[in-house]
Amino acid sequence: MITIALTKGRILKETLPLLAEAGIKPDEDISASRKLMFGTNRDDVRLLVLRGVDVPTYVQFGAADVGVAGKDTLMEHGGNGYYEPVDLGISRCRLMTAGVVGASRPEGRIRVATKYLNVARRYYAECGRQADVIKLYGAMELAPLVSLCDEIVDIVDTGNTMKANGLESRELIANISARLIVNKGALKIKHAVIQPLIADLNAAVGAIIGSGVGSGVGSGVVSDVGLDLVSDNG
Amino acid sequence: MTNIVDRWLLPEGIEEILPNRAIKVERLRRRLLDLCHAWGYDLVIPPLAEFTESLLSGSGADLDLITCKIIDQLSGRMMGVRADITPQVARMDAHSMQRKGPNRLCYAGQVLYTRPKNQTETRSPIQLGVELFGEGGLEADVEVVLLLVETLKQASVKNIHLDLGHVGIYRGLEAQAELGEAQSRELFALLQSKDVSLQSWVGANINDQAIAAMVAALPSLTGSIDVLETAQNLLAKGTDAVAAALEEISSLATAIDSQMDDVNIYLDLGELRGYHYHTGVVFAAYTEGSLVPLGNGGRYDHIGEAFGRTRAATGFGVDLSLLASLVENEEEIIPGIFVPASDNDAVLDEVARLRDQGERVVCGFIGQEPDFAELHCDRQLTETQSGFDLTVVNSMKR
Repeated sequence: MITIALTKGRILKETLPLLAEAGIKPDEDISASRKLMFGTNRDDVRLLVLRGVDVPTYVQFGAADVGVAGKDTLMEHGGNGYYEPVDLGISRCRLMTAGVVGASRPEGRIRVATKYLNVARRYYAECGRQADVIKLYGAMELAPLVSLCDEIVDIVDTGNTMKANGLESRELIANISARLIVNKGALKIKHAVIQPLIADLNAAVGAIIGSGVGSGVGSGVVSDVGLDLVSDNG
Repeated sequence: MTNIVDRWLLPEGIEEILPNRAIKVERLRRRLLDLCHAWGYDLVIPPLAEFTESLLSGSGADLDLITCKIIDQLSGRMMGVRADITPQVARMDAHSMQRKGPNRLCYAGQVLYTRPKNQTETRSPIQLGVELFGEGGLEADVEVVLLLVETLKQASVKNIHLDLGHVGIYRGLEAQAELGEAQSRELFALLQSKDVSLQSWVGANINDQAIAAMVAALPSLTGSIDVLETAQNLLAKGTDAVAAALEEISSLATAIDSQMDDVNIYLDLGELRGYHYHTGVVFAAYTEGSLVPLGNGGRYDHIGEAFGRTRAATGFGVDLSLLASLVENEEEIIPGIFVPASDNDAVLDEVARLRDQGERVVCGFIGQEPDFAELHCDRQLTETQSGFDLTVVNSMKR
């Protein structure tokens, strides 16, 4: 039996066709149900539907063998304990810094509001800039307008919310898309089931991109490498 | 401020072990140390704390951050509570013992981490392990892996999965690609999480097509023993170091496979666990239903250098309390005999006699109302006219 943890919302909607392509279909309509755990057409596969931030935790602790989560969530979680073998190429966006249009960045320490505390700390440290990071849970775009902060770090999709609030995106931290993650122990013990699943999903990603749905794979710089450094103890 | 309500609270990740489990852990410890003894491994008892210079030698930065440190008030030097026993045993082999030939040592003791090392979450595991010094040949690795498997079997672990790797493959390719320091760090991070962005990274950072293809193939070189053939083909353009590492891992996998037919072997040639510390084969053992490794180890030559004597070294460690929690069908712990308080000397003689026979005898105090379940007793000694009798009492198992 393998358990797949899915991120609910937009990522879920875009994940299901990929899973279907790989031969895994939930046995009921997930969006019409209030359940959190679903069986599938395969006896040995079940699905969990979680908030994105919880997916890496479930996978890291082995409560789920496999998970689907945005790269932004994974960068923030920063955990080891799982592999990241497939870029599903869905739910693409960019993780960026942003501030009020035309406003110049103050000298010295700046204040940054974000829900990506770890990412923001590491990013500004890498740029050699002192930053105080404030945790917010939503409506990031409001914070610079009311002088709560000088900049925000957030994901940008179309950029319309930013524009509507008089903000401009500044620096690209990383290109984001949803990734398949696999618990390290699970890949070793259940490789007979998980390896084919990885291969099928890779093929599904290729097929769906080949058919013109979704955007190109492997686009642009991935500057997340330096942020992913974790120490490993034998 | 400490509140009276939470005075009992232990620091996060610090464990105490209560009677029912403690006896299990202790019995397993004895069994496993006896097993090591039978394989020719001599028991050593390293100290709880040492100067950090020796405690952290040869281990890379990995151990430094998880070691609790204090300044030694007598010498003014930095002292640490051990977070790993292996460097201590290596010091004993290199400096304290000076044995010329192969030296087999085993140990068991508690270690302390500043923060949990992995998802098992404990900060004070009981580490039990063996180290084999002075033999660089693969036979030593085979012996240690076989002993690890035997250790798990003693703990009645079934469905053992062995995960084998060799850090020499990555080390060889990294050298062959002539990467800068920052590039090496990036590659290490990508490989460690088998990150799919490795493919584009390799394209951008490694010019030589053949080397790039080999590095890019590393994360996929996993699976059953058949993967070795694929690896021979895909890594054919590797340096001699890569070929030698591949040869070693193949021999190890073949040797284990032929000697242990009930163990599932999984190879991961991109495995980098303990990379900064290990120099050759690395291995970990898993069981079905537990995604955390039950034990791991590998070759770590050069560790003795810091103590002035380079010695080949290989070994493994297991977390004893984790293993004990998996033990099933543990021999039943035989309940004891309760003896009510008495001033009759004959009773004391009888108690001594029963204890000599290996019985667990609990003496009561004057006026004590025995709770047999709490005392873990199922019999009571009663005085009769002709001597003594054991009457069965009702002790519901708690």
